[in-house]
Amino acid sequence: MNTCPENIIQYMDDYLDGDINAADEAVLKAHLESCIDCRKQYHELTKTIAFVQSASHIQAPADFVQKTMQRLPKQSQRGGVQRWFRKNPILTAAALFCILMSAALFTNFNDDQQFAFTKQENLVVEGETVVVPEGQVVTGDITVRNGDIRVEGELRGDVTIVNGKYMASSGVITGEIEEIDRAFEWLWYQIKSGVKEAATIFSGSEDMEE
Amino acid sequence: MDALVNKRIKKVLKGDQNAFAEIVELYQHQLYQICYRMLNNKHEAEDIAQEAFMRAYVNLHTFDQQRKFSTWLYRIATNLCIDRIRKKKPDYHLDAEVRGTEGLDMYSSIASDDQLPEEELMRMEVQERVQYEISRLPDKYRAAIVLKYIEELPLAEISEILDLPLGTVKTRIHRGREALRKQLSNL
Repeated sequence: MNTCPENIIQYMDDYLDGDINAADEAVLKAHLESCIDCRKQYHELTKTIAFVQSASHIQAPADFVQKTMQRLPKQSQRGGVQRWFRKNPILTAAALFCILMSAALFTNFNDDQQFAFTKQENLVVEGETVVVPEGQVVTGDITVRNGDIRVEGELRGDVTIVNGKYMASSGVITGEIEEIDRAFEWLWYQIKSGVKEAATIFSGSEDMEE
Repeated sequence: MDALVNKRIKKVLKGDQNAFAEIVELYQHQLYQICYRMLNNKHEAEDIAQEAFMRAYVNLHTFDQQRKFSTWLYRIATNLCIDRIRKKKPDYHLDAEVRGTEGLDMYSSIASDDQLPEEELMRMEVQERVQYEISRLPDKYRAAIVLKYIEELPLAEISEILDLPLGTVKTRIHRGREALRKQLSNL
């Protein structure tokens, strides 16, 4: 076979591919008549092809369609939530902001478990109770955290009590009384006072005594 | 056939998932056969064929309906098969020298396990033997041979499925054919 022309192999491949012109085919046929090695090669190749083509057609398992359909992603599930986030970036940012803000406020609520009140003149403290003594006049607003307040004298201002009680007594209060007990109200109060603080930012802030 | 398939594709794109079942019905056997001949394992063939349909479904909007759907589908499947074959191969290099031996590389140790003994080959059923010989082909040639001689696809379509120039496809078929001839020389 070493003496055979190089192009015979090429023609043989072309012929087996079904892609050969008449002139080349004639050259190939003439050569195969005269060359035993090439004829053997050619017969082995055609046998090989027939052998591979004798492979019977294989069928997919009976439940193939059903199993395949089960594997398809459900259309509604396909990233529904993520798609919503992507479509509404501003709402997403707002939602994230609310979550972080409320987390911060609740943290404040939990941190502020200590007794505290607004320092004003003439106030007396008994344990965890702030007292406006009889015959005294206190001017200004008072906030009490985690404690009670009793007014026996006169208070010219508002009272805010967080986690505590306003104890009824004979005193006089010229402002409003507000009691805040639950977390939700505390949150609401924080937001309200935040707005108020922003509005009166130049009018000075309260002094707190812990 | 193509018009029929495109009609189904349009339905699926409009959200009708059941129309896709009809597409699976049409191509299931051919796709499964390609995978089975490539992977030589029924469970893997089923898994990869299903995966191919699943990917076709998810990416259906990218399919150009001017083209042949089967070509696109077979391309997804053959790529998955070739990936799977490569992953199955151990990650050491075949030509690395085997430790404790002199001049012996992995080729020599594989060659001895790979070839079944003569008597065993003779006992094989013809169908078994065909599958065995195809599975021994290097995966590059195997894909071309399966598409050419089992699926009996035209060379131009094979070139599109394998994303290779026509000349390369021909070369792979010729080499695959020659490799098979040598494997079968005792037949």
